Formats: sequence, C-alpha cells, structure tokens
Amino acid sequence: MLKKQAYSTGNATVCFDEMLNEDHTPRAPYRTLFDWLLRQTPSGIRAKQAEADAIFRRLGITFAVYGSAESNERLIPFDLIPRVIAAAEWRFLERGIEQRVRALNAFLHDIYHRQEIVRAGRIPSDLVNGNDAFLPQMMGFDPPRGVYSHIIGTDIVRTSEDGFFVLEDNLRTPSGVSYMLENRETMMHLFPEMFAAHRVAPVERYPELLRQTLQSVAPAGCDGDPTVAVLTPGIYNSAYFEHAFLADQMGVELVQGADLEVADGALWMRTIRGRARVDVLYRRIDDAFIDPLNFRPDSMLGVPGLFDLYRAGRVTLANAPGTGIADDKAVYAYVPDIVEFYTGEKPILKNVATFRCSNPEERAHVLTHLEELVVKEVHGSGGYGMLIGPRSTRQQRIDFAARIRANPSNYIAQPTLALSTCPAFAAGGVGPRHVDLRPFVLVGDRVRVVPGGLTRVALKRGSLVVNSSQGGGTKDTWVLED
Amino acid sequence: MRIAITHTTTYRSTGASRAIQALRLTPPAGPSQAVLSWQVRTQGAGAPLRYTDAFGNAVELVASQGPVTDVEIVAEGVVETTETAGVVGHTGEAMAPAVCLRQTRLTEPDDAIRTFAESCRRHGILASLHAILDGLHEQVAYDTTATTSETTAAAAFAARRGVCQDHAHIFIAAARTLGIPARYVTGYMLTDGGESVAHHAWAEALAPDLGWIGFDPANGQCPTDRYIRLAIGLDAIEAAPVRGMRLGGASEQMEVVVSVAQQGQSQSQSQKQQ
Repeated sequence: MLKKQAYSTGNATVCFDEMLNEDHTPRAPYRTLFDWLLRQTPSGIRAKQAEADAIFRRLGITFAVYGSAESNERLIPFDLIPRVIAAAEWRFLERGIEQRVRALNAFLHDIYHRQEIVRAGRIPSDLVNGNDAFLPQMMGFDPPRGVYSHIIGTDIVRTSEDGFFVLEDNLRTPSGVSYMLENRETMMHLFPEMFAAHRVAPVERYPELLRQTLQSVAPAGCDGDPTVAVLTPGIYNSAYFEHAFLADQMGVELVQGADLEVADGALWMRTIRGRARVDVLYRRIDDAFIDPLNFRPDSMLGVPGLFDLYRAGRVTLANAPGTGIADDKAVYAYVPDIVEFYTGEKPILKNVATFRCSNPEERAHVLTHLEELVVKEVHGSGGYGMLIGPRSTRQQRIDFAARIRANPSNYIAQPTLALSTCPAFAAGGVGPRHVDLRPFVLVGDRVRVVPGGLTRVALKRGSLVVNSSQGGGTKDTWVLED
Repeated sequence: MRIAITHTTTYRSTGASRAIQALRLTPPAGPSQAVLSWQVRTQGAGAPLRYTDAFGNAVELVASQGPVTDVEIVAEGVVETTETAGVVGHTGEAMAPAVCLRQTRLTEPDDAIRTFAESCRRHGILASLHAILDGLHEQVAYDTTATTSETTAAAAFAARRGVCQDHAHIFIAAARTLGIPARYVTGYMLTDGGESVAHHAWAEALAPDLGWIGFDPANGQCPTDRYIRLAIGLDAIEAAPVRGMRLGGASEQMEVVVSVAQQGQSQSQSQKQQ
C-alpha cells in the first residue's frame, strides 16, 4: 500500500513530513505505524474505510456546509491513518498552550477591569475599546475563579521538527471536540491491534473533565452539586450534533432558549421531570444572540434577562460573553506581548508573523506581496473570505486588493506557511497531506489540556486548506505515552 | 435644592405569559446630587434581583409569570442637588472612559455629523464641547413629532429636529468623532412649564482634569441644580430607565407619569406619555 517513491506532496514546496525523514526512514514516533502501513493491502484498507464510513453515518456525525444548496449535510471525510505525536513533543505543546490560555484569560480580566496593558502602552486602546468583539457590558464583572474562557481550541500548525505556530486561539465557542472523541472510538473499534502496539494517551475522559470544569466555576452562592446544561441554537446549527453529543456524554440536559427562563433571581429549565435550576450554562450561541433584552432584540435563540442574571452572579456562562476580543485576528499580532506582559515569560509557542492592513506601511507591503501571502478577514472563520496568494489567480488578487483598499482594517495577512504533512489514504495509495491540529483545553479550577485533539487534513493533494467547509477531513491524533 | 420625584411606569397587557423588565431607576450619589431617600416598588412582578452594571447603574431585574396583566413600577424619593455648572467629576464606575468613544447603532455619525463635528473643533476640549452644544441648540429644533425612540443621530440631524434623546445622540456622535469620550444620561429636570419635560435626557463628555461634564443640547446649557441624574449608558437604549420584554399577548400599553417638585414648594410638573 505504501510505495516510498510515490510518497510525495507533488508540489515544489519542501515541507516537513511527520512520518518520514528526508532519507525515507521513519521518524521515531511513527516506526510502528510505518511498518504496519507497509503490510496493508488496498482491498483491506478499502474494507476498513467502508466500515468507518458506516459507523459515522450511523452516529449521524454530519456537518452542514453553508452556501452549498445541494447537500446541506454530509459526512466529514475521515482518514484512517492516525497522526502520531511523541510524548516529548506533546509536553512542549502542552506547556505552550497552558501558558497561552493563562495569559489570554489574564488579558480578558485586565481589559474588563483596569486595562493595565493599555495604560502600559503595550496594546493600542482603540484596538481593544473600539473593537467589535469587545463587550462594554462586561466591564468590572468578576466571573467565578476569574476565568473567562473555559473551553478553548488552539489551532496549531507545524513547519519543522521544532517549529510549532499558533494560528488561532479560538476562545469563543470552539467546536470539533466531538470528532476527536468519535474518531478515537472508531479507530479503537477498527484497529484494536494498533492500540495494543502503541501506548496512546486516552482522550475518552474529555466529557467528564468538561463537566468537572463547568461545575468548578459554578456561582459562589451555589450549594450542592451544580447543575450544568448545554444551550444550543437548535438543529439547524452546523454543530448541533456536537451539542447533543456533549450533553449526552456529560449526562446533562441539552436545552434551547425557549426551554429556559429567568425568574425569582435564577435561571430555570423546563425538563420532562419539571422545573430545575441551572447553575452553569455551557452556551454554544454567539454573544449577540444570548439575551434579546440586553443584546440583539430580534434574536429568539437566547433568554431575556440572562445577561442580567450573569452579572448578578446567579448563573455562570461558559464561555463568558466578550471573550472574542482575545481571539480577534487583529489582537492576535499582540499575543506574544500579552504572554510576556502577564506571565513575565517568553512565549513558548510562536505566533505567525501578521501584517495588519489597517497600518498604511503594512498594507502597502501586503498589496505588493499578495502572491506570497494568505489574506484573512478579521472577523471571518471557517476558511471563508480568504485569499491564499500562491494558489490564487491574477483576477482573484486584483479583486482582493480592491477589497483591502476599500476596508483595510477588515484584513490581516500572513506568510503562507509550509504546513507539515502526515500520511493519508488517497486514490493512488498513501500520500502525504497537509495537516493542522486543534487540541482542546479546559480552564476551571485548573488548566487541563486533553492529550490529543482534532487533526484536520487537506485531502486534496497539495492543498493547504484544512477546513471541513473547504473539503478537508479529519484523522485521529495519537499522543504517545513514554 | 431639594427635589421630590415620583416616576410611575404602568404596563397593561392582555394575555402575555411572561414579562421581564430591567430597571435603571435609582439615582446615583455624586458631587451634583445626594440621594436623601429613594425606593422602587413593583406590583405584579416577583422579587427584584439587584446588581450594578458596567456603568455603575443600580439595576433591578423583575420578572412576572403569566398570565401577566398589569405591572406597575413606582420609583420615588427625594434628592438634594448642588449647582456644579454641570461638572460630575470622576464617577468611579468600572467603565473605561475610552469605551465611551465607541459609536453605537443609534449614534453612528454620517458625513453631515462628521462635518458638523469638525466645524466645532476648537483649541481645547471644553471649548469644542461648548461649540457642539451651542451649534446643536441653534440648528436642531425641539419637535416631539419628528422622531421616535428608534431614530438615529444621523436621521435626526438630517431632519434638524427631534426631542432631547435626539439632541443627546447627535451631541455624543459629534463629541466621539472629535475623540472626546461621551455618554448618554437619563434623568429628571425641574422646569417652570413650557416645552421642556420632567423626564429628560442629555449627554456627558469627559474633559481632562474636570472629569465628566453634563451638556444638555436640547436646552442649550450645562445641567444646573434643577437636573437629577438617573442612569448612564453608551446610548438611549443602554441608559433606558425601564427596558422590558414580554412573551405572548396581543397588545401592550405603557404609560409613564413623572412628577418632579421642589420640596417645600407647591410647584410641580408631571408628564404623561403613552
């Protein structure tokens, strides 16, 4: 199945492959997997792939793709070959991620209180106070344990043996953890012998850790075992499956806005067993929609008075409203400063160099180097509204230049990174495909980084876009134990 | 000056199953006013939940369980005011002054407001603010029929007419355009009759050294000891004394009656709006 000669990216960019060294010997963490791959036959793999697809279809793991009228829901392609991360590599990532999420939570506390970092001149006032993602109503509020972002999905890319970069911090309502869990379960079902041959760190405890984390940030006045619920916008949301899955796995209620009400100084949910008080709400609804009395009045997804209740300390919202300021793409460029400012340490994980088009000099550089850069909308997500310079046409670059000139502060640009590759099954056998990694972090009474994460893979040969909305797939991520 | 206030809000609805109101009906103490007595009573709703919001407003959240018929909210008390020429000073709330440079949907300036703001730019922040105050009082007529509570600063400025809310929004839009933090104030005003009303709104802007200073462009003056501050916010929606929602029900009527009287004197005014 694995032909050494055929294992190439097919493009001129030389990039780091996580399985093979340049001399085509396997890197240490991949040795066992490499031998296994050499023993596989195409028909055997096709059978396993069909089995995996059947499992996912039965589970109902689908993904709504916006802007595609024909098939609104489809399976995200699942690639059978796991990605392997060595124990030492993981320890490095774990330290770096923990440092970063602690610093970003400290940043959120600071900008919603005394704004020392602004006073110190380390970040421009307008970038914080004038930012759409900054929520003035949060000023002066102390969330339980001082935690703003409880559930974080840090997007990391790799470019070399030691080159790990944070691409996005995702402190609002990151999704994808259900794929991490389902991918693992499927792999254990399909390949029990591979788990016998590797010591893979477990990810299965995530739902339990999530529940513990949420309960640990219950309001101060909550006595007894805090009640947690998951608030979903409903079945039409692209991540509805995940909302239902997580509620089920945690053993808590899945609710919609209409199931909740604010009364007698508390949040109540209607359940089949009657009215029950909610202490911690894991909300998977954007800030603007959580409370029509305080925010968008036309929204029917939220609960009137929920934000008042939150500020009165009667319910905890996870994540806190207003966390988006910390993963804003324009603030991103300042994260290394933010880490230093609050921890007094050098950042362990690197940032990708970022040009802000709002700055005239940086804009000029971007406009003359569009062919080399990746341009992103500041408030975009999911790979929409983005220009990948090296893969773009002349016309696309002309159009994008016009959009940048019309609204410069809406765009940032970054160098195109040579994302690392991992082996993936493809039509012609096993080939290297570009990947990124989203580990999931929980912050409550302590910081917990679950060993693993969601590896997204660009299944198109040579493609650098891993987003599922753009034809990307996922694969299981194995963190090896020593 | 000792001023007694009674502010009654009545909701009459038919068939609503639930209703919820956030009340910003408690005046803050400060250099321009001391609150001698004050209480907020709500009939037809559950016990209030109290907290302090980001602007330092004392908020009461009251919810009614259906079927909701009438809800009556009465805020009343006595406030001792001091003449400070509009200066409120540094009021100590959590809100960072720089946040008050943010425009909102209601204050977002258009080119006309930006041009007007630039024409008011003077040497010194205080002089600029007074130029905005005088300019608006001159250019924007007081007219209770021209605008609604949803009218934006840009629309009211284009029409050159509006009520105190519109004057305040345009003032705030212009001040923020010049880089001066500004915010919206609701409150009460003791008047001698005429066009002004008891339930009033104006703006506050931040000047270095002095702190927050009130500007009442509807009356072309800085607040005097006849003004009582009630609540502040980035715009009229955020500073609304009563903000409510209901679920279900065919119709709802809201009636507001405000009476403001100098204590020890018989003179008083009341205002009724539906």
